[in-house]
Parts: sequence; structure tokens; C-alpha cells
Amino acid sequence: MAGIVFEGKPQQAMAGRAFAWVRANLFGSPFDATLTMVTALLLASALVPLIDWAIINATWSGESREDCAPDGACWVFLRVRFGQFIYGFYPEPERWRVNLTAALLAANAGWLLWPRAPGKAYVALFALTGFPLLAYWLLAGGFLGLTYVESAKWGGLVLTITVALAGIVIAILLGVLLALGRRSTLPALRLVATAYIEFIRAVPLITILFMASVMLPLFLPEGVSLSKVLRAMIGTALFWSAYMAEAVRGGLQSVPRGQYEAGQAIGLSYWKMMALIILPQALKAALPGIMNTIISLVKDTTLLLLIGIFELLGIIQAAASDPQWLGNYVEGYVFVAAIFFVFCFGMSIYSQRLERKLDAGR
Amino acid sequence: MAVTGGDAMTRISAPWRDPAKRAFLLQGLVVVVLGAFVLWIANNAVSNLARLDIASGYGFLDQRAGFGVPTSLIAYSPEATYLRAFAVGILNTLLVSALGIVAATLIGFVVGVARLSSNWLIRTIATAYVEGLRNIPLLLQIFFWYFAVLGALPQPRRAFSIADTVFLSNRGLFLPAPMPQDLFWVTPVVLGLSAVACLLYSRWTRGRREREGRFDWLGWIPFTIVAVPTLVSWLITGAPLEWSMPHLQGFRFAGGLSIVPELVALWFALSIYTGTFIAEAVRGGILAVDKGQTDAARALGLTRGQTLRLVVIPQALRVIVPPLTNQYLSLTKNSSLGAAIGFPELMNVSGTVLNQTGQAVEVLALTMAVYGTICLVIAASMNAVNRAVHIEER
Repeated sequence: MAGIVFEGKPQQAMAGRAFAWVRANLFGSPFDATLTMVTALLLASALVPLIDWAIINATWSGESREDCAPDGACWVFLRVRFGQFIYGFYPEPERWRVNLTAALLAANAGWLLWPRAPGKAYVALFALTGFPLLAYWLLAGGFLGLTYVESAKWGGLVLTITVALAGIVIAILLGVLLALGRRSTLPALRLVATAYIEFIRAVPLITILFMASVMLPLFLPEGVSLSKVLRAMIGTALFWSAYMAEAVRGGLQSVPRGQYEAGQAIGLSYWKMMALIILPQALKAALPGIMNTIISLVKDTTLLLLIGIFELLGIIQAAASDPQWLGNYVEGYVFVAAIFFVFCFGMSIYSQRLERKLDAGR
Repeated sequence: MAVTGGDAMTRISAPWRDPAKRAFLLQGLVVVVLGAFVLWIANNAVSNLARLDIASGYGFLDQRAGFGVPTSLIAYSPEATYLRAFAVGILNTLLVSALGIVAATLIGFVVGVARLSSNWLIRTIATAYVEGLRNIPLLLQIFFWYFAVLGALPQPRRAFSIADTVFLSNRGLFLPAPMPQDLFWVTPVVLGLSAVACLLYSRWTRGRREREGRFDWLGWIPFTIVAVPTLVSWLITGAPLEWSMPHLQGFRFAGGLSIVPELVALWFALSIYTGTFIAEAVRGGILAVDKGQTDAARALGLTRGQTLRLVVIPQALRVIVPPLTNQYLSLTKNSSLGAAIGFPELMNVSGTVLNQTGQAVEVLALTMAVYGTICLVIAASMNAVNRAVHIEER
């Protein structure tokens, strides 16, 4: 008997709580109730056709456009062209090299992001020095037994990730130097760093990419030429280093003066003081800004298609303009959007968690 | 002894041991290296340009452009000069930036407030919009609007229409165009004068309220002051405004005001994308206002809307304006992505000119200078706004 009474109560209480929540959060006032109903109706009228198109009427298997239902999504497009979207025009028998590079990268990144992994300093050192060389050998080849794959054949997601990673690393290193220059006591250094940062921040990324692709060849001596991809990497890194510098400068400004004075008082040189005392604190404080810049950099790798580089969006655009698949824009865009969303949203969540963790350590 | 002492002396007085001299040396080194680098680049550029037989200087600006543009705010034809083509580009950049800034600000304020709504559904939709769209590249969103949405609209013959006056097709949006006739100028002038009169009236009532404590603002008085003279002058001059209606002529529309799909796509994408960032700035600004302010306003009997409008937003503005400035600047710079869909803004025009003349250095320098100037003007005006909304701390 007692059991029944006690079984009923929590359930009732839960139903009551749910009811109270719904009343407070959805039907708080007559205005709120109307707003909820109207919004729910609008949402349903938008979602139902969307689900119809994306799932119910969609075609998942087949080989060509003809296999697709007219009023549904044609996911066949993505399946058939998947290899190209990921690897670009990288020759098929050599794609294992890309996969191996990706696996190495994932192992490296996983080790560094895992909070309790040992020996992070060595792994970080390898990631910044050994890994780029190894990746270059694996991707480009041309020596030590690997056949040469010219960078004009790189494309798709692999190229997006390559340019983004190279851009991030170089931009952070250059950005720290520029930020230190802008905060330097030496007027010539301060002037050069400030002028560079303000110039870059006043112009759109496209103009810098055009500069890298059209003007850079003019600046090099006759006979010396850089590949298109390399020029794009240089443009990306030069542009974003200015934004990195501003993020780092914010961090530098948050370090109290006493920290500098203490560093000087114990007789550290400028570089030792910066490396051991100031930068660790400044970079920690600058983390949100740095992460935001990284997210912008990743999103803006899509602009490379404007200088004729087939990164992820460029290759999708080219494929959807192919007469065979003409009009499959939406399917392609959904694919690209999903990939960028996962990367960028993931990074912003990770940075928020890291921020909280670093904050708690204070 | 003497030898070691002398050795120590020279070590101390070595130039790189003295901070002042070291600073001087280091700066000299930076200047020399940088100068040498610039000289080397310039030297390479000069010899490359000579080898490729590319002209230099801005003489090309007077030459015939030879390319057409889909839309322009000033008269333009392929016969016009490159200089005029640049003017078309700059005006289009300013147009889409201004439209984008207005729309993005509206979206941003509405969504920023909606993210803090007490209604779960509204809050969730606003959050999904912000988190979803700010993590998707802007260029992809421009392509989506241009190729997937506007490109999929019916042809002009089967265009969507509202009462046969507004048409939407894959060739763009067509609206009735106002065509001012003679004496049209009278009405705006009268409207301006009555607005001034209305302002004077409102200052007078405020003065009286502050002196005598009487509050008798009557809505119909200012309304009459503005509406009656305007309407009368409009009728006396004979309603001097006619409309040019868009109508089908063969396979396309003629007459009316046409808004090309490139502009619509760029405008939508820029506003919706930048709106997410402005929404975050607005949310941050509102959260920065002390909760006691809201409680006090509600205790005084202000409604939720009044509290937001009269108490929270004015205080939140000083936190919102600096990030808002950054968003306006990035929207303006991002308008250069119109080049990807062929909207003739500055970057699109300069890309075409660059291809035709080959004068990369001159064209890009000019383009960068214009963007830099626009950014400077926006930053300066927003700084003035920032000073205006700044509240003096007691």
C-alpha cells in the first residue's frame, strides 16, 4: 500500500514540474503563448518540406543524375564525386599517402588535445618541425622513392586543411612577433609592426590574395617561381598574422606591469622574460581572440577559389556546374556547410572549455 | 691583473652590452634589412615589368574600358573610361555596404534580444540561427543565395508577381520606379520645414514640462504640424510623381526599377551572416547591464518593452558600439566577395581591369587605397557615435 503511494508521488511531481516549465518557458503570458504558437506553426511549415526533400523524397543510391527523383535531394551526387571532393585531382593509386598524412596529423592533434597525455612538449616540437617536412615529403614527393605529385593536382578538403594548417601555424608565429614589435620600446620596430598591422586590417582578404597570386611573381627575380598553392599559403598567412597580432596584443596588455618588472629585476634578458614569464600568461589571456581568428581563417580558405584554387567549395562549385550534374548546388553546399560547421563549431566549443579550464587554474 | 681588468672593461663597453647602443643597432639593422628587401622587390618588379612589356603609371584610367556591367548607379557603357568603371564599382560597394549595414543591424538587434527571451522556442531558434550561420563560410552563403535560391526562380515569363506591380524572377526583382515630375521638389522642402516646426514645438513642450511639471504632449498636434502642410503642398503642385511600371517585353522586363540577383544575393548573405555577429555583440552588451537596473525599472512599473527600450539598451549601447564598429568594417570589406558572383562592386571591377591592362601594382594599390579610405570613414563616424552614447561615470 505504502509503495503505491510513494510510487505515484514522484511521477506526479515530475509531470507537475514539466507542466510548470512549459508554462513558464512557452506560455508565460498571452503574448508569449501567441508567439509560441505562431513560431511553432512557421517552423513546422518550413521543416516539413525540408525533411521531405532531404530524407523522404531523396535518392541515396544510383550512378547518375537520371537515377534521382525530381523533387528530392540527389545525394548520389556526393557519393559518386566523394573521392574528388576529398582528394581533389590527386592520382588515385597515390591517395594512401594523403591518408597516411591525415592519420599522422590526427595522432599528433589527438595527443596534444588529450588533457592528460605525457610528453606534450616533444610532440608539439615534432608537430611544428618534423611533421611539416614529413607531410611535404608524403604529399608532394619527388624524392626518397615517392613519385612527384604537383600541387596543381591537390584539391578538395585535403587542400583546405593543408592551407588552413600552414596558415594557422605561420600566422601565430608571425602574429606573436608583430604583437611584440607593436608593444616594443624601440620606435622603429613599433612603427614597422603598427604600419603592417593597420594596413592589412584596412583591406579585404581578396586584395591580399590577388596580391599574392598576381603581384608576388612580379616581385621575384626572373626564373624563380612559386606554385599557386604556396602563394596562396603565403597570402593567407600574411593576412591573418595581422589579426593574430591584435589578439596577442590584447593578451599582452592584460599582463600586469609588475610581471615585466619582476622579470627584469631577476636579470632575465628580453627574450627570456617574454618566453618564460610574459607570453605564457599573455597567450592564455589571448586564447579566445586567437581561436576566433583561427575560425575566421578556416572559413575564409574558401576565398582561394577566387584565385583559381580548387579547395573544397571550389571543387563542389565546379562539379555542380558540370553539365552531368547541373543544378545540384544545394546538395553540394549542404556537404560543405556541414564540414565547416563541424570544424568551426567544434573549435569554438573546445576553446570555451579550455578557457574555463585555464580560468579555474588561476 | 691589469690585463684581465682591461679585458673586463672592453667587454662592458662593447656596443651590444649597452642597452641604448644595442637598441640603436637593432633598429638600424631592421631598417637596413627592410630597406634592402623593398629595394630588391622594386628592382625585380621593374625588370619583370620591362621584360613583360607592361606599362606603368595611372595613364590607363583615361582609356576606354570596353566591358559592360549588369548594374550601375551612374550612366555607364563599355565606351566609358576605366576611371568611370572604378566609380561604378566604388558606388556599388558603398550601396551594398550601406544596405547590408542597415539590415544586419536590424537582424542583429532583434536576434540578440531574442536570444535572451523568456520564451524557450524563440531563444532556441535565435541560438540555432547564430551558432549555425556564423560557422558557415560567407562565400558559401553568397553562392547558396545566388545559385541555389535566386538561380532556381522561374524565368521572367513565369515570374512571381504581387498584383502585377512587383515581379520576382531569375533575372532579379522588379519594382515600380518613382519618376519625379516638375515641382516635385516642393513637397520634400515643405516636409523638411514642417519637421523643423515639429521639433521646435517638442522643445517648447519639454521646456514647459520641466518648468511647470505639466505633461500635455498631444500626439495629434505634431502629426498635424507635419502632415497638413505636406499634404496640401502635394495636392497644390498636382501630385507630381508618376510611377514607371515593370512589364514583360519579349523574354525580359522593361521599365520600372530592376534589382539584379547579384545584388540581392550579396545583400542577403552579408546581412544574415554579419547579423549573427551583431546579435552576439548585442547579447553581450545587454548581459553587461546590471540586473538591478532591470529590477528597478520593473519596480517603477515600466513594462518589459519599456524597460528594454528606455533603461537597458541605452546602457548596453556603450558596450555594443565598439564590436558593432568592427562588424560594420568587416561587412564592408566582405562586400568584396561580390566579385565571386559577378556583382560589379570595386573588387569585381578592379579584377576585370587588372586582367585587361595587366597593371597589377597600380590597380591593386588603387583598390586597397579606396577600401582603406572607406574603412577610415566608417571607423571615424562610429567613434563619434561611441562618444555620443558614452555615459559619464559618476
